[in-house]
Amino acid sequence: MLDATPRRFDALPNRPGVGYKPQHFAEIMEDPGPVDWLEIHAENYMGAGGRPIAQLRHLAERFPISVHGVGLSIGGEAPLDAEHLARLRQLLGWLNPASFSEHLAWSTHDSHFFNDLLPLPYTEATLARVCAHIDQVQEAVGRRMLLENPSTYLAFAESQIPETEFLAEIAARTGCGLLFDVNNVFVSATNQKTDPYSYIDAFPLHLVGEIHLGGHDEDEDDHGAPLLIDSHGCEVVDPVWEMYRYTLQKGGAKPSLIEWDNDVPEWPVLAAEAARADALLAEVPA
Amino acid sequence: MSRPQSPAPSVSQGTFTRAILDAGQPVPEGLLDPEGRPAGRRFSVYRNNVAVSLTEALATAFPVIEKLIGEENFKAVAGVFLRRYPPDSPLMMFYGQQMPAFLEGFEPLKHLGYLPDVARLEIALRESYHAADATPVPPEALQALPPDRLMAARLRLAPALRLVRSRWPVASIWHFNMSEGAPKPPANGENALVTRPGFDPQIIALPPGGGAFIAALLAGESFGAALDAASGAVEGFDLTAVLGLLIQGGAIASIEEGPPA
Ligand SMILES: [Fe+2]
Repeated sequence: MLDATPRRFDALPNRPGVGYKPQHFAEIMEDPGPVDWLEIHAENYMGAGGRPIAQLRHLAERFPISVHGVGLSIGGEAPLDAEHLARLRQLLGWLNPASFSEHLAWSTHDSHFFNDLLPLPYTEATLARVCAHIDQVQEAVGRRMLLENPSTYLAFAESQIPETEFLAEIAARTGCGLLFDVNNVFVSATNQKTDPYSYIDAFPLHLVGEIHLGGHDEDEDDHGAPLLIDSHGCEVVDPVWEMYRYTLQKGGAKPSLIEWDNDVPEWPVLAAEAARADALLAEVPA
Repeated sequence: MSRPQSPAPSVSQGTFTRAILDAGQPVPEGLLDPEGRPAGRRFSVYRNNVAVSLTEALATAFPVIEKLIGEENFKAVAGVFLRRYPPDSPLMMFYGQQMPAFLEGFEPLKHLGYLPDVARLEIALRESYHAADATPVPPEALQALPPDRLMAARLRLAPALRLVRSRWPVASIWHFNMSEGAPKPPANGENALVTRPGFDPQIIALPPGGGAFIAALLAGESFGAALDAASGAVEGFDLTAVLGLLIQGGAIASIEEGPPA
């Protein structure tokens, strides 16, 4: 090889991946089963050293890594946190991952971080703000990012642009790609009483660089209507698998992640979810 | 959907977050359900997510405090803390820096005077866990130096080293709550040393004078000056024992001779 700095993994494969949890380290290194790549939360690897960084170095030698940020607050009213952006730039710099993604949401206000993905209204003003922030991020980290569609529990009276159009326009203006979370579509469509398949049909699937599949909790609103909550704490439900199949048939094979962040199960349970994605991926050309 | 007559109220992120942190605040106007009715419980999902996730982060950071006061009390304390000190960074692994000072001023727990120092130790442990790696000097490196050069040298300690000096038996309290079969804490205060040989931080109660010695090294004093500080603080300071703990803990990153940088 003549390239002085070879990139071992330039892209995520159109295969199953899982959200990496340290308790699975030994099992993943021994036999990852159908899992061909791993996703980490950027913020958990922004310490200076120790076991988290050491494990990540090991994993990155063997697996393509997706870095998924949860703290950038791209939808925030305030300017992006320059310190945090610098930390992100540093992580992406030494790790050189196959992919980097963040959320269409905000989590920081008045320099306080709320540790949740908070919703934003879809207006011309918020569109311009999100695009400016994504321009700034892509510039700072020197790579294209993916932006994920959110789970929503309520609507803003001031919203004027459908979410699919909003995301497509962001991608068009900034050149970013999209992360398509099928469970989020199901959760939001149930909560907003809209049709999830119309959402998939309206979504620019050709811009999708990664798919998320996760579990949700069920609750009710004040009027007894179903209120689904994105919890990443259980198996993916059947209707979401059906939507996933539809998405693959329509948009082709994509890197597909099982997201399980709370009440994390034993490795075989997680691997079985990945195997389910694997079986559906096998139905479409790689 | 019909278009509203008057312009829809816009919800600022300040209004949104104030209502998240204070359940006494009304749900902001302009947040709706699919029928166009006020969002009500739907907004509570965000209130709940924020409170639960921050409480969990605090429980992960302060397991011994949680054990000492009980799960229910801890939840209540965390609820007050997270509203007064929401995180000021997205690095949740370092959330809770103000906990010791908060506990010091928290009236209902004032009778448990050791809690703030236990919290300091728990913060020290997390910082140690995430600290930069450093290759320790070989165990024989200290002996290899002639005494006069050793006295003038400065020991640079590993980034993962922490020292928590307390008038409470803080290391023993930690072990009593976290290690199976650990003895009941003594009555005396302790200087807790945190080192990280490899990846797992360990906590040891230093012998008398050890706190003064390591504090002096951390302050950049020479070996000789640190020894004087320790010998001045206690009679019969056991230097060999303290150096043994530092070496066993992989805590001496380098021995620097010559004038301080
Ligand atoms: Fe997701």
